[in-house]
Amino acid sequence: MIYRENGQFKTSYRADQQIFPIAQDRWGVLLIIAAAFFVVPLVGSDYMFRAIFIPFLIMSLAALGVNVLVGYCGQISLGSGAFMAVGAYAGFNFFVRVPELPLLVSLVMGGICASAFGILFGLPSLRVKGLYLAVATLAAQFFSDWMFLRIKWFTNDSPSGSVSVSGLQIMGVPLETPVAKYWLCLSILVVLGLLAKNLVRSAIGREWMAIRDMDVAAAVIGIRPMYAKLTAFAVSSFVIGVAGALWGFVYLGAWEPAAFSVEMSFRLLFMVIIGGMGSIMGSFFGAAFIVILPIALNQFLPVLGSLFGVEISTSGISHAELIIFGALIVWFLIVEPHGLAKLWAIGKQKMRLWPFPH
Amino acid sequence: MAFFLETLLGGLMAGMLYSLVALGFVLIYKASGVFNFAQGAMVLFAALAMARFSEWIPLWTGIANPVLTTFMAFVVAAVIMFVVAWLIERLALRHLVNQEGTTLLMATLGISYFLDGIGQAIFGSDIYKIDIGMPKEPILILEQMFEGGILINKEDLYAALIAAVLVTMLSVFFQRTATGRALRAVADDHQAAQSIGIALNRIWVIVWSVAGVVALVAGMIWGSKLGVQFSLTTVALRALPVVILGGLTSVPGAIIGGLIIGVGEKLSEVFLGPYVGGGIEIWFAYVLALLFLLVRPQGLFGEKIIDRV
Repeated sequence: MIYRENGQFKTSYRADQQIFPIAQDRWGVLLIIAAAFFVVPLVGSDYMFRAIFIPFLIMSLAALGVNVLVGYCGQISLGSGAFMAVGAYAGFNFFVRVPELPLLVSLVMGGICASAFGILFGLPSLRVKGLYLAVATLAAQFFSDWMFLRIKWFTNDSPSGSVSVSGLQIMGVPLETPVAKYWLCLSILVVLGLLAKNLVRSAIGREWMAIRDMDVAAAVIGIRPMYAKLTAFAVSSFVIGVAGALWGFVYLGAWEPAAFSVEMSFRLLFMVIIGGMGSIMGSFFGAAFIVILPIALNQFLPVLGSLFGVEISTSGISHAELIIFGALIVWFLIVEPHGLAKLWAIGKQKMRLWPFPH
Repeated sequence: MAFFLETLLGGLMAGMLYSLVALGFVLIYKASGVFNFAQGAMVLFAALAMARFSEWIPLWTGIANPVLTTFMAFVVAAVIMFVVAWLIERLALRHLVNQEGTTLLMATLGISYFLDGIGQAIFGSDIYKIDIGMPKEPILILEQMFEGGILINKEDLYAALIAAVLVTMLSVFFQRTATGRALRAVADDHQAAQSIGIALNRIWVIVWSVAGVVALVAGMIWGSKLGVQFSLTTVALRALPVVILGGLTSVPGAIIGGLIIGVGEKLSEVFLGPYVGGGIEIWFAYVLALLFLLVRPQGLFGEKIIDRV
C-alpha cells in the first residue's frame, strides 16, 4: 500500500536513470542516512559505538569491496585480508613519514596502494579462474602476512613489530570521541557506497557482470576480459584498502599483521555470502550479521546455559561461534544462495502487493 | 654438497607429507568436482578423534597393550570419519547437486568451520599427543661418501613410506575396481553417470569416507610430529599449492607436486631465506604454484580445461 511505484511517471531520461528511481527508496535511503548521522549519536552509548557501530561501518565498507570483486565480477578472492593489510600499512607509512599529509589523503593513499597490490595479484585471474584463482589469491594473503612481519621498513622499524597511530585529526578537529570516529567512518562509507552503487550500474559494472555470468561469452561479444577483471580488482581492492586503513587507524589504533590474517579474508567472504552476492545492500546485511553474531552469542549463550544449569566456558562460546558460522554458511548456500539481500527483495515484492495478495 | 643433499632429502620427505594432505583434495575433486576446503578441518577432526580415543580406550576397557589400543583408536576414528562423510553428504552436498564449483567451494568452507568448532567442542582444544610408535632418532647414511654423512629423520622416512603405500593402494582402487571406475565416471559427468545407473549419493559417501581416511592417516602422521592442535588445520593451507601445482585431477600430480613444493620450500628457506629475513617458506610455495599457473593453468598433470559457451 505504501511501497508502490504506481503513478510515479518519469518525464526525462535523467529522472528515469537516477540511482533510486522509486520515490520511496529515495526517501528511505535519505532517511536512513540522516538517522545514521544525527539520531544514532544521540542514542548510542560509547560501548555501542566501539563494539558495534564502528566495526559494522568499516566491515560494511570492506564487504562492499569484496562484493564488487566476488559478487559482481565473479572472481573468488581469499586475499581480502591482504588488501586490507596493504591499505592499513600504506596509510600508516604515509601518515607517519609525511606528517604534513592530511588524514584523509593518507587513507586514500592506502587505498591506492592496495589497489596496485590488488592489480598485481589479480593478474593470475587472466589465466586461471574459479578454484584455482581462489588459491592464487591466497598467495597474496600469505605474502602480505610475511611482508609486514619481516620487512621492517613497512612497520617504521618498530621493535615489537606492531604499529600505532595517534593524534588523528581532520582539518584541525581531533578525532578522539567515538562519535567523531563514527562520523568519519560513516561519511566515507556513504561516499564510497554511493560510488559503488553507481559504478555497478554503469558500463563497467555491466561488463563485470557479463564476465561473472560467462566469461567466454562476454569475450565473444567484445568485452575485454583483461580490462574488466583488472578494473574489478582495482576498484575492489581500493575500497578494501580504505576499509583496512580505517580498521587500523580508527578501530584498532595499534595493530600487527595478525589483525589482517587469512581469518579476516574468510570472514569477509562470509559476509558477502550471507549478505548476498552481487548486491550492495547485501554487504551491509552481511557485515551487520557477522559483527553482531559473536556479540549476541557472548551475551546469549551463558544465559541459555544457565537456564539448563550448564556453565558455558569462553572457549565453549568460541566453538559454538564456529559451529553456528559454519552451519549458517551451508544453510544459506542451500536455502537462499542470494543471501539476506534476496530475502529483503522478496519482502519488498510482498510489500508492493500488500494488502492484496494478487 | 652434503648439506645440499641433506636439505634436498629433507625437502623430499616433507613433500611426501604434503602430498598426503593434498591427496585428500584430489580424491574429492576427482570424484565430485568439489574443491574441498574442509580437508584441513577433517585432518584436525580425525587426529583429535584418534588422539582422544587412544587416551579413552585404555580408561574405558582396561586394555593396556598400546599397540592394540592405538589400532582400536584408529578403527574408531575411521568409523567416525565415515559418519562425518555420510552426514556431510546427507545434510549439505545432496542439496547442492549441480551447483557451480564456487558455490560448493564456499559450502566446504562452511563445513570446515563447522568441523573445527564441533571437533574442539567434543574432543577439547588442548594440545594432544598421538603416539603410533614411530622411531624419533635420526639415522646417518652415506657416511663413506661424505664427511659426516647425511642425517635423515627416521620418522620422516616412515611417514614417506606410509604415504607411498597409501598412494599405491588408492591408484589401484581408482584404476582397477568397479567402484573406482564409477567414481571416475561421476567425476566426468554427473548426469551421464546417473543415467547409466550409478548412484551419486552412494559414490559421494564413498569418496568422502576415503578422503576422511586419508585425512586420518595424514592427521596421525602430522599429529605425531607436531602434536594434535588447532594449527593442524593450517597444514591444509600449506598443501594447497601442491594440488594447484600438480593438477587438481591427478593423483600422481599430488605426489610429484608435493615433492616439488617440499624441495622448493626447504631449498629456498635455506639458500634464499637469509637474504630476505627468513620465514619465506609459507608464501614461497604459493608464489611457485602461482608462477606455474601462469604457464599451465591446469597444473602439471591436470586435464586440459576446455571452455565452452
